[in-house]
Amino acid sequence: MLKDITIGQYFPGDSVVHRMDSRIKIILTVAYIVMLFLSSNPAGLVVGFLFLWLSYGVSRIPYKMILKSLKPVAPIILFTGVLNMFFMDGDTLWQWGFLKITREGVLMAVLMTVRIICLIAGTSLMTYTTSPIALTDAIERLLSPLKRFRLPVHELAMMMTIALRFIPTLIEETDKIMAAQKARGADLETGGIVQRAKALVPILIPLFVSAFRRADELALAMECRCYHGGEGRTRMKQLRLRYYDFAACAFVALCIVGVLLVNRFVPAFL
Amino acid sequence: MMPAIKTERLTYTYSPGTPFCKTAVDDVNLEIEEGAFVGVIGHTGSGKSTLIQHFNGLLQPTSGKIYIDGEDLWADKQKLRAFRFKVGLVFQYPEYQLFEDTVYKDIAFGPRNMGMSEEEIDKSVREAAAFVGLKEKTLDRSPFELSGGQKRRVAIAGVLAMKPKVLILDEPTAGLDPKGRDRILSQIRDYHSQVKNTVLLVSHSMEDVARYCGKVLVMNHSRLFLYGDTAEVFEHADEIREMGLAVPQLTRIFHRLSDAGYPVRRNIYTMEEARAELEKLYASKERGRMGC
Repeated sequence: MLKDITIGQYFPGDSVVHRMDSRIKIILTVAYIVMLFLSSNPAGLVVGFLFLWLSYGVSRIPYKMILKSLKPVAPIILFTGVLNMFFMDGDTLWQWGFLKITREGVLMAVLMTVRIICLIAGTSLMTYTTSPIALTDAIERLLSPLKRFRLPVHELAMMMTIALRFIPTLIEETDKIMAAQKARGADLETGGIVQRAKALVPILIPLFVSAFRRADELALAMECRCYHGGEGRTRMKQLRLRYYDFAACAFVALCIVGVLLVNRFVPAFL
Repeated sequence: MMPAIKTERLTYTYSPGTPFCKTAVDDVNLEIEEGAFVGVIGHTGSGKSTLIQHFNGLLQPTSGKIYIDGEDLWADKQKLRAFRFKVGLVFQYPEYQLFEDTVYKDIAFGPRNMGMSEEEIDKSVREAAAFVGLKEKTLDRSPFELSGGQKRRVAIAGVLAMKPKVLILDEPTAGLDPKGRDRILSQIRDYHSQVKNTVLLVSHSMEDVARYCGKVLVMNHSRLFLYGDTAEVFEHADEIREMGLAVPQLTRIFHRLSDAGYPVRRNIYTMEEARAELEKLYASKERGRMGC
């Protein structure tokens, strides 16, 4: 059923990583990505990998969730790997016509694949441990300097929050409508493309009708509570930095320094 | 006689293996006789909606079996659709499933999916519309310009038009005013007595169940608590109230009387019975006084 699709893919828990300030989590995720791309050396990626392993452990997210997050991007990973393998110049290991595999190619492919896997798993960790609402909140805060340039940061964040808030509602609604039409014998599973597209009409029309109705009701409810945009709004959940936020920052900084040192002193065995 | 619906150790778990895992229906064994008018009650989250979605194969049980007219529902997935026509299910707030540009076409959606001929479709649409009291001229209007109660009746007609052997309605009166509620319920009762099919009515209101249903099925914490004749079930009024469900006011009054030592029955739930019982009580009192 549609319910199994995870959007936002929040994995509730109560670990230190879950409790960390969501702004810090975003910043650290970006820092982690930078770190991955700084490491030009396989040993540097080992650091990246260890970091990942450690943070998944600390946040008590099951490791099999890494696989789950990688599944949708598997084709891209594969594609990058294969491309790198075949299109690097260097010592030829194997050749067939114009296709050849070089030692550098293989190394590069492994490097890129590990890098992308770490990248996806790392960003997924952020979304696993941070609820979508906390994320938009953090984005609003991080973007707030742009208000100077008349960017409607609050409005954008509010739109995102509302959109996220309604995803589960609309999924549930779609599920219900699908069930109701199936109960009337709608056939959604068989037939060609045209037939399947036609079969969507009984689902999409009620869905649109209810989406508009909900939007209307929400707008009215917000107006009733005198919502008038971001000016002078205070927040219920104050984001506050704790000792573990600083500790995490220090740890990531340490890792980045480590990677730089590895780059400098450990010879790449290319 | 073959039961219309039979379940064996029916269990259903939502999102197994995740933090959201929840068993909504737990080990339910049930036999519903053909032609019964059954009220299904239970508080929110007791698993009644999940249970009824098993009866036409919308949900596949995690374990256990379901038999419709003695046939295993999940034996052959190809035949699943046929069961959907046999067991008509009207969801909560069914008006949100309307989509066609006229009421007629919307009611005809089910019958058309069944592959009826145009004549049969026309006949069953008009019959179904008559059952729920829709006027001929309403059939040509757009369902989106009708009132809430009318939309609801169009949606119910959409399922009636498929002529299901078993009709299941999930809170068909939710959100309607008392008049609209009585109207829909009595239309369903008339339909049941005319067509003589099996009807399951999910409801929060004990008063409605007591008034319309011959049998009652009580769900509590994902389990089947009780299934039996209405009078039988209301004898357990104390337990039902402990579950957080209200028993009919009449039943409550008679339980109080009985607790206070008056010789009255504890399974009263209709006005007629209540009156007869009170008259009996009164008569015996009178006799007692005369005897002194």
